[in-house]
Amino acid sequence: MSSLFAQLRIREDTADSCVADNGFCPDWIADNFDRFVDPFWEHVYLTVVAVAIGFVISFALAIVAYRRRWLINPITQATGVLYTIPSIAAFFLLLPLTGRGKTTALIALVAYVLLIIFRNILTGLDNVPDETKDAGRGMGLTDRQLLWRVEIPLALPEIMAGLRIAVTTTVGLATLAFFAGAGGLGGQIFSDINFKSNVVVAGGLAVLLAAVLDGLILLAQRAVTPWTRAVAAR
Amino acid sequence: MSTTLAVLGEFGNAIDFIFNERESPAGGTQVGGLAELWELMWEHLKLSGAAMGVACALSIPLGLWLGHIGKGGFLAINASNVGRAVPSLALIAFFVAYLGVGFTNLLLALVLLAIPPILTNTYTAVRQVDRDTVDAARGMGMTGAQIVRRVELPLALPLIFGGIRISAVNVVATATIAPLAGVLTLGDPIINVNTYGDEGRLAAAIVVAFLAVVTEVSLAGLQRSVTPRGLKLNRRERTT
Repeated sequence: MSSLFAQLRIREDTADSCVADNGFCPDWIADNFDRFVDPFWEHVYLTVVAVAIGFVISFALAIVAYRRRWLINPITQATGVLYTIPSIAAFFLLLPLTGRGKTTALIALVAYVLLIIFRNILTGLDNVPDETKDAGRGMGLTDRQLLWRVEIPLALPEIMAGLRIAVTTTVGLATLAFFAGAGGLGGQIFSDINFKSNVVVAGGLAVLLAAVLDGLILLAQRAVTPWTRAVAAR
Repeated sequence: MSTTLAVLGEFGNAIDFIFNERESPAGGTQVGGLAELWELMWEHLKLSGAAMGVACALSIPLGLWLGHIGKGGFLAINASNVGRAVPSLALIAFFVAYLGVGFTNLLLALVLLAIPPILTNTYTAVRQVDRDTVDAARGMGMTGAQIVRRVELPLALPLIFGGIRISAVNVVATATIAPLAGVLTLGDPIINVNTYGDEGRLAAAIVVAFLAVVTEVSLAGLQRSVTPRGLKLNRRERTT
């Protein structure tokens, strides 16, 4: 386990003075880009799986709390504590219970996003105008139909906004997942923190991933929110 | 049953590490104990406090000014989005690779990390102040500076504190990886596990988690305590 924390130089001895000087070397990056590929996909996996699981749990919590208002405070406080505990600490607090690996990293990352998504879903549902709900009831919708056909669709912009915050935050936190033995771009950064080429490429890929995932959710939001299309389909 | 005991054993051992020093698994030196952890915690608090101080001093006046003149919203609001997308580890690694290790360089990185939430919240808070209230203040003959200081700032204070809370918890969490930049905070037992051992690492994780929760709870208390004062001030100025 301790070998993980030894500062390994990821470069072979070389005559290239740029590499020897820890510089930013386009040639080295071009020749060694494949070493960033696996950590990148590990990072994608951690982010997508953590946000997906986090979404499912928060969605269930939000639906339950929407109907039973007294649950909002306890759920907010419990997820608030999980949100406040730094994920680097959470990884090590979980190690004795779940061992090293992706499971531990995912539990900590899921715990972190619950509050963000829960709060946004609830805000979205609360912001649905009463007249719209009354109109739905007047048309004879049951509570469940009202929820799935009126309230959730109208809450989608806030729900998606929550997902965007969750996904960019998780990309950042997943850079620390290597402490839990789950790999990712953070491990690559940590492997040679003084080498500019390494830090810029690995860090740059993380920023890029955050931007791409954020953009994808924004596109998805545009695709699912035009209510007119949903009405026409019905 | 035996696994439960083993688990408790590890946590028990870590808590013992916080209170009593022991020999390092690497041999030679003594590690752990309240004195050493207090020293690491003091460095942690010094670094976080300094970063928050500088970040507040820069971003609150800027946010108030931008909010007051109603310009730069794009910058103020997108600061948070960009800030969130840059992983703290990547930011610190970037500073280490380009500027080198040390307290000042790390402080700069943490200040950059802390600015966006405070700036965005300050700007948003000032923009949310009721325009009629500002007009009334102007009609009473207040100057721009007086409006900022006596009307907009008090009304914006709760939300500004919300931003400070987000930043402070984030900075306390990120200061854990400070040993990568040569500053020995509570992250030292986490990063240098060879010296401190597994129980030292778990102990540091417990203390860091505790510190973050205490920061959040105390700032939330502070936020509540500034809220009524702002509203009271507002009411008094309306009546006179």
